[in-house]
Amino acid sequence: MTSSTLTGPVEMDAIKEIVLEQIGRTIDRDSLQEQSDLYSLGLTSLATVGLMLAIEERFDIEFPESMLGRATFRSISSIAECIGKLSN
Amino acid sequence: MSTTTFDIPSSVHCDTAELLARVHAIGKGVLAVHAGSVDSEGRFPAESIQALREAELLSAYVPTEFGGMGLDVAQTAKVCEALGHYCGSSAMIYAMHCIQVACLVHHAQHSEFFRDYLRQLVDEQLLIASATTEIGTGGDLLSSVCSVQVEGDRFTLTKKAPVISYGEYADDVLITCRRHADAPAGDQVLVLARRGSFTMEPLSTWDTLGFRGTCSSGFTLTSEGPIDHIVPAPFAEILSQTMHPYSHVVWGSLWTGIAADAVHRARSYVQAEARKTPGEVPISAVRLAETDLLLQEMRNNVRALAHEYREILGADGGDSMHGFGFSIRTNNVKVSCSQRIVEIVGRALLICGISGYRNDSKFSLGRHLRDAYGCALMVNNDRITKLNATMLLAHREGL
Repeated sequence: MTSSTLTGPVEMDAIKEIVLEQIGRTIDRDSLQEQSDLYSLGLTSLATVGLMLAIEERFDIEFPESMLGRATFRSISSIAECIGKLSN
Repeated sequence: MSTTTFDIPSSVHCDTAELLARVHAIGKGVLAVHAGSVDSEGRFPAESIQALREAELLSAYVPTEFGGMGLDVAQTAKVCEALGHYCGSSAMIYAMHCIQVACLVHHAQHSEFFRDYLRQLVDEQLLIASATTEIGTGGDLLSSVCSVQVEGDRFTLTKKAPVISYGEYADDVLITCRRHADAPAGDQVLVLARRGSFTMEPLSTWDTLGFRGTCSSGFTLTSEGPIDHIVPAPFAEILSQTMHPYSHVVWGSLWTGIAADAVHRARSYVQAEARKTPGEVPISAVRLAETDLLLQEMRNNVRALAHEYREILGADGGDSMHGFGFSIRTNNVKVSCSQRIVEIVGRALLICGISGYRNDSKFSLGRHLRDAYGCALMVNNDRITKLNATMLLAHREGL
């Protein structure tokens, strides 16, 4: 499986749903794009924990400590990229 | 380092032993002399801060290239610990000032204005206060209600801060706020308000059990200035890489100093007892031995964190702080030290007995005990433990 198939529309939508579920209160659904900076949309480092756990459960992966940074959770596309790396 | 430049002081050739001897001399000669009235009157320790200014200690953490002493975090922590022996409020003010200096040294050096400001800080020994908490955010440092308003090349900013320690006596204040009027609560920046360009309307007083000399009253702070007074780095980064770890290193260190002075008083008491009955070890000496063990644990715990933080800063400029491990350990040290200090001072009080309970004895421990109970409350331990509980859900390493 290549990362391009992993970051296809289905996965992107799934990630978007999780993002909205975890931090939806502070994010306007329509303004949420794949490249949107989640931190500037109100994602806090603690909310990242819930986001991370939900993504791990949905995609059956485990983020290593080295990936638990702002760079990983900055946007839907950066999350997808990391999921791609961990699934390969 | 991921997004912005991160600067740490270059290595310094400083005779720490000689410096600490000077700090202890200031402590004995000035801080200790006024500690009683600072505490009983709840007044700002003006004499102490003036003495620290004259010793150029307000620029201890400023790199030597700007004229500062260029101490590293572990050396600065030792200065805080030394001051803690003599006056908890003075040491606390000094530590809080050092935290603000560290935020600028680490995160603002690539701004021309802040490079000049660091030089001015050295020349004029400016005292910097902090306005991070805000009415309406429930104590969460990572969210702001107020926002900085930029028009042309000027900013205006008004913040209702429930606590600004030594705000009335500081030269300048670093204020957190939202980046602009439409920014979410967590999109924050740090803004420097200079003396003369801000006004403060009192919101609350500071009549507390301990740390009475920090004069941490609340104010509505209204400020304006040029936009280059806005620190370029995002506040979330400044908090995680500097303000959070640096605070707990210097706080834990000065609390260790307070605890060490309590043990020192207990030891003097036990020695006086022992002199009355040569050849016999008084029962209080056993208590002292137990208490000394706790003090050693406390001191070593915070020193280990100081050294780890210094290594991280030196090795990769903060990259190792991105996981949760270091944050969890930092929080553990804070919670542990704030509990240990109460335990140690309480045991010292048992040793000194009624002499420690009296307010008019050389063994008095009232101020130490009242200061000690504040440590669990400044950034409440319950909040910190809850944060650690959350982070442990994501923590992946055994460290």
